[in-house]
Amino acid sequence: MRAFRYHRPADVADAVALLGAEPQAAYLGGGTNLVDLMKLGVQRPDVLVDLTRLPLDTVEELPDGGLRIGATVRNSDLAAHPAVRRDYPVLARALLAAASGQLRNMATTGGNLLQRTRCVYFQDTGKACNKREPGSGCAARHGQNRDLAVLDWSEQCVATHPSDLAVALTALDAVVQVHETDGPRDIPITALYRSPGTHPERETTMARGTLITAVRLPPLPAARRSTYLKVRDRASFAFAAGSVAAVLDLDGDLVRDVRLAYGAVAHRPWRAYRAEQELRGHPFSPALAARAADAELAEARPLRHNGFKLPLTRAITVRALTELAAS
Amino acid sequence: MSDDAAGRAGSDDTVGRAGSGDAVGRAHPRLEGPEKVTGTARYAVEYPVDGVTYGWAVPSAVVRGRITRVDTAAALASPGVLAVLHHGNAPRLAPGPERELWLLQEPAVHYRGQYVAVVVATSLEAAREGARLVRIDYDAGPHSTVLTDDHPGLYKPDHVNPSYPADTAEGDFDAGYAAAPVRVDTTYRTPAYHNNPMEPHATTAHWHDGRLLVHDSTQGTSSVRATLAELFELPPESIRVVAEHVGGGFGSKGYAKAPVVLAALAARHVDRPVRLALTRQQLFGPIGYRTPTIQRVRLAADTDGRLTAICHDAISQTSTIREFAEQTAVYTRSMYAAPHRRTTHRLVRLDVPTPFWMRAPGECPGAYALESAVDELAIAAGIDPVELRVRNDTAVDPDQGRPFTSRNLVGCLREGARRFGWADRNPSPRSRRDGRWLIGTGVAGSSYPARARPSSATATARPDGGFLVRINATDIGTGARTAIWQVAADALGVPPERVEIRIGDSDLPTAPVAGGSMGTASWSWAVVRACQSLREKLRDSPGEVTAEADTTDEVGNQPARPRYAYGAQFVEVRVDVDTGEVRLNRMLGVFAAGRVVNPTTARSQLIGGMTMGLSMALHEEGLLDERYGDWVNHDLATYHITGCADVESVEAYWLDEQDDELNPAGVKGLGEIGIVGTAAAVANAVHHATGVRVRDLPIRLDKLIGVSSLA
Ligand SMILES: Cc1cc2nc3c(=O)[nH]c(=O)nc-3n(C[C@H](O)[C@H](O)[C@H](O)COP(=O)(O)OP(=O)(O)OC[C@H]3O[C@@H](n4cnc5c(N)ncnc54)[C@H](O)[C@@H]3O)c2cc1C
Ligand code: SF4
Repeated sequence: MRAFRYHRPADVADAVALLGAEPQAAYLGGGTNLVDLMKLGVQRPDVLVDLTRLPLDTVEELPDGGLRIGATVRNSDLAAHPAVRRDYPVLARALLAAASGQLRNMATTGGNLLQRTRCVYFQDTGKACNKREPGSGCAARHGQNRDLAVLDWSEQCVATHPSDLAVALTALDAVVQVHETDGPRDIPITALYRSPGTHPERETTMARGTLITAVRLPPLPAARRSTYLKVRDRASFAFAAGSVAAVLDLDGDLVRDVRLAYGAVAHRPWRAYRAEQELRGHPFSPALAARAADAELAEARPLRHNGFKLPLTRAITVRALTELAAS
Repeated sequence: MSDDAAGRAGSDDTVGRAGSGDAVGRAHPRLEGPEKVTGTARYAVEYPVDGVTYGWAVPSAVVRGRITRVDTAAALASPGVLAVLHHGNAPRLAPGPERELWLLQEPAVHYRGQYVAVVVATSLEAAREGARLVRIDYDAGPHSTVLTDDHPGLYKPDHVNPSYPADTAEGDFDAGYAAAPVRVDTTYRTPAYHNNPMEPHATTAHWHDGRLLVHDSTQGTSSVRATLAELFELPPESIRVVAEHVGGGFGSKGYAKAPVVLAALAARHVDRPVRLALTRQQLFGPIGYRTPTIQRVRLAADTDGRLTAICHDAISQTSTIREFAEQTAVYTRSMYAAPHRRTTHRLVRLDVPTPFWMRAPGECPGAYALESAVDELAIAAGIDPVELRVRNDTAVDPDQGRPFTSRNLVGCLREGARRFGWADRNPSPRSRRDGRWLIGTGVAGSSYPARARPSSATATARPDGGFLVRINATDIGTGARTAIWQVAADALGVPPERVEIRIGDSDLPTAPVAGGSMGTASWSWAVVRACQSLREKLRDSPGEVTAEADTTDEVGNQPARPRYAYGAQFVEVRVDVDTGEVRLNRMLGVFAAGRVVNPTTARSQLIGGMTMGLSMALHEEGLLDERYGDWVNHDLATYHITGCADVESVEAYWLDEQDDELNPAGVKGLGEIGIVGTAAAVANAVHHATGVRVRDLPIRLDKLIGVSSLA
């Protein structure tokens, strides 16, 4: 393991300046992903800038009814926050469906959003991976790819984004607040992640050294009727085989508004705009939900081992929306 | 949950058989429990050692080939690195029979992940960084790593583990099968399974004046010492192997593995103590794994469900450097009777690490196939699967032709059925539904040989009225130490508090490994004999006296009889109609395993075995990438093992069983019987729930998705 220097700045500007000055430095949140990858030699920073002393560890209820979540708020604290449980149950459920109690106690909001793919080839320096080593090839494309993407992949990379939290935030149209060398900026979460294309090593639209300071949730009263359904290969402590975040706003049986996002299908959390369009303005029925999912997945291209993700995603779309409609 | 009363009731009748006390049969927590939960119990790489250094094993990056060059310059220049050992500079080992352990001796690479170098450094991190910097060039050849049923390399081994004939035949299977009114012909597949004990394989080694001391995470230090003596060409007396506490093994630490050899080599090379522990990733391969299997089972029966013909053809793999022939179909030879019978084993030598023992090797995958096929036969014959098994019970071992010393399979099935509520079962698949869940139940029988091996032990009377029992048994977390203590107290006829037990050190009297469910049987035999002999000696001359025992002759002279433990597992699952997710509602096992020494630890073994069987049925699968020749899901985030949330309810019970033809303690061993039939019971329950028969494990949701429209 590469030796590294360690800093623990107390304010945001210092943290960003440190990263600007050190070309191989990395931010350290809870370390539950980064430290693993450092041990495996997948990431090799020579400086760690620990963020956990920054004043970014609170959840703030905003005057407009929204919420600001500091970047270092731990996943377990966020899931337990009364405002989250009350106004954004989809968020609490997504968090609690992820990882384990111990990991959630360590994991931070910012770190969760920027955790790396769980593609097994990415995590093994003995294997070809364009994301880890641009130009080396993608071993997963024709390898063991049961867990990987069905939508929007490229020949260069078929990885999925592993975060459950990010899927919920995508459905909620969250805004990621970042701090760059020249100051703060807001990025809608739907514009944060990239498709893999020919440069899978570029995962977000942020420049190197950008610090996530907070995530802002716009007010969305309809989100009180929201849920997160996650299917996995064992009852707990597993990444999603398929997941859906859903918000449903009904006027009688008419769909006034709906937000849908999928996990485990693409390189980024997948906002299902097409499905939303199919649903909006129509009387809700499970059959409509199924048609909506089919529309969303129409362009899916399953890999050798993951064709099951299409019927699975469709099934949980129908289930999540039907449950919300009945609640 | 489980009522220990079942166990206690069982033992009451048999109290005092080994001696005069009543410790045996009483529930007792592990003696070393407080040390373990307070973190003071030391494991192999936790002993404080002056001047210790750290070794990091470097795995080969090719599957098959030769090393053409090793460049250590960058590694040696890295801070803290003391040495890099490889085939060009490592101390020489004797080319013994264990080719797998002849490490760093030759440029040949036989499988991906073979250890081809070791970096030694002053810290673990420095050693790991050094390992990254070692440059090795290979001349790689073509390889074959995937088991298929038409592999050109399929051959019949001389024998299968440990020494069974590869094939058996009685009667005329083909004719018997052709003539029967009810028939089943199915093929089952199991993937590679990887042992993942909590404590990885790990060693601390130091040389001192030509003597070697190792702390090793192993299931048997006597055997590790013997292997090291052979490899390093040393008299066994100059080697000491200690394993006071071991964090699990499941068979994978059943004899010396790479880390102990590498640590000893490295320690000799740098002339300092070396610690070497494998990472989680490194447990997937070089330490052994359960071979994948392809098993064809054909069963024929009359319309009453009485078996007339049984055939089990098993295919598995081994490596190119050692033959490991899993005894997959051996289970079928003795489980159910039929006039026409045949079993075969075929192997392929692949460019893979050698498969090895994993809890109930042979019996476990074999029972998955046979007990699934029996379920399919019961359905074909329209007979309840418990009843069908009862009808095919036999008092005489169909294989050996001799009567079993005791066989309580029917008792286990009946008692299990009663406790589980089997009588209410509607036999039709898909007959129960609760909302989105299809619910089903399944059953399987189980058996496991009750063997014993020669062992030695000593018992000493101390002047203060206490006793010391010394035996090189190993407690891999099972409670073996506590069981021996209970047996010794009864054999001495004293309260257990007066007895001290010493185990886990090759300087103690030689004893066999903790494996094959024969640890307690073997060790308690020697302990009872040593204690009995001590009591006699004390009658003549009280004071500080030591008695020794060696059971080699007694065990060797035991009449050849089929000796087996039995069990029956009952499982209820629910399957999501849309997503295909399978969840366990409950599982219950009833076992007949002779005398139960300690209900607390016995129950742990049984429910642990059943949980591991559930894991095999639903979750575990080593995913091989043929291009790289290794398993790509090599960590516990991607190689799924059943978690607590998957086991909603598990219960284990045992029958009161007395068998006087086993060993002085009357035990059959229960480390493995729990797992044996469990995967089949789960698979049978999934079929009952859904009407879909999944014949390749694990039964994951992608094989059942949309089950509403299947079947
Ligand atoms: C066994 C296991 C199972 C898991 N299961 C799940 C699961 O089911 N679902 C799920 O969603 N997750 C799961 N996780 C992942 C877990 O959620 C992440 O590891 C965790 O959220 C990462 O947060 P962290 O604070 O520890 O990040 P770190 O490891 O500290 O950082 C991750 C990355 O983010 C960067 N970073 C951190 N904070 C910031 C910031 N404020 N600004 C800019 N960059 C930053 C770091 O430089 C690093 O690149 C699992 C993890 C493990 C180990
Ligand atoms: S899918 Fe992406 S992460 Fe996985 S091997 Fe290919 S390039 Fe690497």
